Amino acid sequence: MKPRKKKSKRKLIAAAIFLLALHLAILLAGFVAPCPPAEQNRDFPYVPPTRVHFVDARGHLHLRPFVYPSAPRLDRLYEYTEARDQEYPVHFFVAASEYKIAGWLPSHTHLFGVDTPAQIFLAGTDNYGRDQFSRILYGGQISLAAGLLATGISLFFGVLVGCISGFYAGWIDESAMRVAELFLVLPWLYVLLAVRAFLPLHISAAQTFLLLVAVIGTIGWARPARLVRGIVLSARSRKYVTASRGFGASDAYILRCHVLPHTYGTLLTQAALLVPQYVIAEVTLSFFGLGLSEPMPSWGNLLANLQQYNVLVSYWWMFAPALVLVLVSLGYLTVANAFHQRLQSGSIE
Amino acid sequence: MGTEAAARLALQPALMRARGLSKRYVQRTPFSRRSFAIEALVEVNFEIAPGCLTALIGQSGSGKSTLASCLAMMEKPDYGEIWFEGSEISHWSHRKLAPLRPRIQMVFQDAAGALDPRFSAAQIIEEPLQIQHRERGQNLRVRACQLMEEVGLPPDWANRSPLELSGGQRQRLAFARAIALKPSLLILDESLSGLDLSTQAQILNLVLDLKAAHSLTCLLITHDLSLVGQIADFVAVMHQGRIVECGSAPQVLGSPQHPQTCKLLASVQVLETAFRAARAGGRG
Amino acid sequence: MKSSAGAKMWSSMKYLERRVIHAVLLLVGASILSFLFSSLAPGSFFDEMKLNPQISPETVAALRSQYGLDQPLPVKYFRWVKSVLHGEWGYSFAYNQPVRSLLMVRARNTLLLTALAMALAWLIAVPVGVWVASRRGRWEDQLTSASTSLLLSVPELVLALALLYLVIRTHALPVGGMVSTGFDRLGSWGQMTDLVSHLIVPVTTLVLASLPILIRHVRASMIEVLQAPFIQAARGHGISRSRLLFHYALPAAANPLISLFGLSIAGLLSGSLLVEVITGWPGLGPLLLEACFSRDLYVVIGVVMASTLFMIFGSLIADVMLVAADPRVRTDYASERA
Repeated sequence: MKPRKKKSKRKLIAAAIFLLALHLAILLAGFVAPCPPAEQNRDFPYVPPTRVHFVDARGHLHLRPFVYPSAPRLDRLYEYTEARDQEYPVHFFVAASEYKIAGWLPSHTHLFGVDTPAQIFLAGTDNYGRDQFSRILYGGQISLAAGLLATGISLFFGVLVGCISGFYAGWIDESAMRVAELFLVLPWLYVLLAVRAFLPLHISAAQTFLLLVAVIGTIGWARPARLVRGIVLSARSRKYVTASRGFGASDAYILRCHVLPHTYGTLLTQAALLVPQYVIAEVTLSFFGLGLSEPMPSWGNLLANLQQYNVLVSYWWMFAPALVLVLVSLGYLTVANAFHQRLQSGSIE
Repeated sequence: MGTEAAARLALQPALMRARGLSKRYVQRTPFSRRSFAIEALVEVNFEIAPGCLTALIGQSGSGKSTLASCLAMMEKPDYGEIWFEGSEISHWSHRKLAPLRPRIQMVFQDAAGALDPRFSAAQIIEEPLQIQHRERGQNLRVRACQLMEEVGLPPDWANRSPLELSGGQRQRLAFARAIALKPSLLILDESLSGLDLSTQAQILNLVLDLKAAHSLTCLLITHDLSLVGQIADFVAVMHQGRIVECGSAPQVLGSPQHPQTCKLLASVQVLETAFRAARAGGRG
Repeated sequence: MKSSAGAKMWSSMKYLERRVIHAVLLLVGASILSFLFSSLAPGSFFDEMKLNPQISPETVAALRSQYGLDQPLPVKYFRWVKSVLHGEWGYSFAYNQPVRSLLMVRARNTLLLTALAMALAWLIAVPVGVWVASRRGRWEDQLTSASTSLLLSVPELVLALALLYLVIRTHALPVGGMVSTGFDRLGSWGQMTDLVSHLIVPVTTLVLASLPILIRHVRASMIEVLQAPFIQAARGHGISRSRLLFHYALPAAANPLISLFGLSIAGLLSGSLLVEVITGWPGLGPLLLEACFSRDLYVVIGVVMASTLFMIFGSLIADVMLVAADPRVRTDYASERA
């Protein structure tokens, strides 16, 4: 068993570090991204990702990476070549456009950048010439925040209902579990779309975001509620709860000190499972045009470009948000797996 | 304890008295219109003399644990009265019963289930003191260590989890917790079952020591008659929810009247005879 | 003997009858929930419909009286139920026809897609799961484990897009829709191959999306059963490996798998919505999406109910299979009534 445990621990740590780094980068999107998300470069639609070189055309090695500016080909539309007459080194911690850290502290420093007229499009551009790398980072803020907030809402309601249901049992438990069953039986994407359909179509970006989070979160309370209820039911029948009552402990004390702590492990695992699901839910809604719409970037509406035939076929870099989505899913699922294994091996009950 | 001392004690007012206690459990299978009732207690009249150890014996399902739960104010009987230290408490509300709770404490059979594995040994003992606001801050830990010593656990085990303790040590911890609030009545619900014989003997001695040190009244619920003979002052026999015989220990065990008592005693003798025969046969 | 067999059948029937009633109650509950959600809409559909130039004033008046569009929610609900019982299932404002005819065609297409995907997924998952369970810990197991983890992390959206990309670049299959233009002119064999070629991408996406979870569960179930004493005993009798796995172990592992079958339908349906929209398969998915944009109340409710019906139907099938496969279910119920 030992080598397996070590391996899973290593995987957990690797996944956790990766997720932390990604979340940090997305949180500091203003710093990491070279361009603001709405900045258009009408002369450079659908530019493929800029290649970063270390060896120049003359065969010299440069310690500092550099790029060549892209020049549009005159004979073909939307195709570019590198103008190799001059190298433009990549500078780090450059001063460029202004942004606000966490929405209030203004700053000019970006992680990397190049001097004009070169551009560094690490993930290419879209049809308005907007840097996809920056848009993916800013879009991640929306998509990840939606996933995390919605998970918080689901878990909150799940714990609330599960605790009350499991602790007081009787008809409260019966009816709550029947309602939970109802929510579980509906196919979630259909319900999500239906609920979204009934709400106003064209509302401000902030309202859309909050709406999305509220809708996604409130549909998903049923499974955590059932799990928490199970744990609460079994914990409540333990003799140490009876003993505590014998000391005159109140229900609130018993819930807080003896029952809830047994749910933490399960809640962590559930959280790690729900976050990627909810991120995908937001991405799906935005992809269909029912979530955040242009010009606010979200991984969903970035991927929506792929619904156009010519984009899907010719401009492979537009798949980049999909790659990030897969990596996020992989990270969270690895963490969830590790939690689950630790929970099962460590549990005494 | 001699019959003389027992008789003297019997004249004193009982610590706890139950009259006509009845309780029934109704079980319904889900989605079915059928339900069946279990008569757990039927017209039980019972007294617990102060300062003595009363044993409540009977087969499994005879209603012993139900009676204990009612006496410990964990459950309410359907009919009947319970008198504790002069007050009739069977219909008191939760709030009214609160100050009485510290005076009746229970020790359960399965110590592993009765101790929260997330708490350390000292925290388990501190819990009742904290809830009842008996001590504060550093005094909590000091008192907890005192209690640990009293039940025979080394105080430097304060930070150990109950999982790290053996069955006997856990039960000692449970006792320490039970006496923390200085109760007048200690109910031992099969507390000695499930332990190996040598541990049982140790815990038995612990019970007697605690009883003497704190002038505890004990109610021992058990199906093990050999124990009863060693430590009980009074014995009550239960069968199918009724108390069929009660009196002082030498009286009940020496000259049993009810056929159920005779049966219980006989089974012990059968076991002992078989055990002795097996040992004799093994040697021969 | 006769009476006990009869009693068993009767108790199975009673169990199923109970499940059917349960299912009907769920449907009713789902419909009420849907209508409750619809009341979230600010402004009424009725006002929007009045503004719609495509619908004549007479139709508007007729609909208003039939469906109680300007009345409070309970009235609207009961009128809708009446319409369902009459076979109309509400009225589509966008298509200007009763919802039923719209739903039937689309539902049939979705059923075709999901049933096929379901069958294929299980047909692949069961042998693979059994096989890796028997090879537990070895390289086949670890490889399968790693690939299922990877596959699980790829959302259906990405899978569908990736498959589409592959298919388009390689010009291997026709893309989009259910049938090609000129379908009617093809012979029956031609029609069949055309349909199948359009089915390949959506079905593959759905199968790939469902496989990881199914394989994991089959493997877990089989591992648990393989550790049971009766398997060890059978092995001691010298029964061949494949017979052991499929005739002895698998039926014992069937119970949780059949429950999984019922639950996996929900995931499959949600997945099919996505896949249908992306590949252009004319099922319930694109219909719902359109109705979302055109605010077509009764179509939305109709589609949600149709998908719930599929789910419930699927889990009823699972219940029937459970009764047939697991004798404990029958006897449990029988002893309860005894």
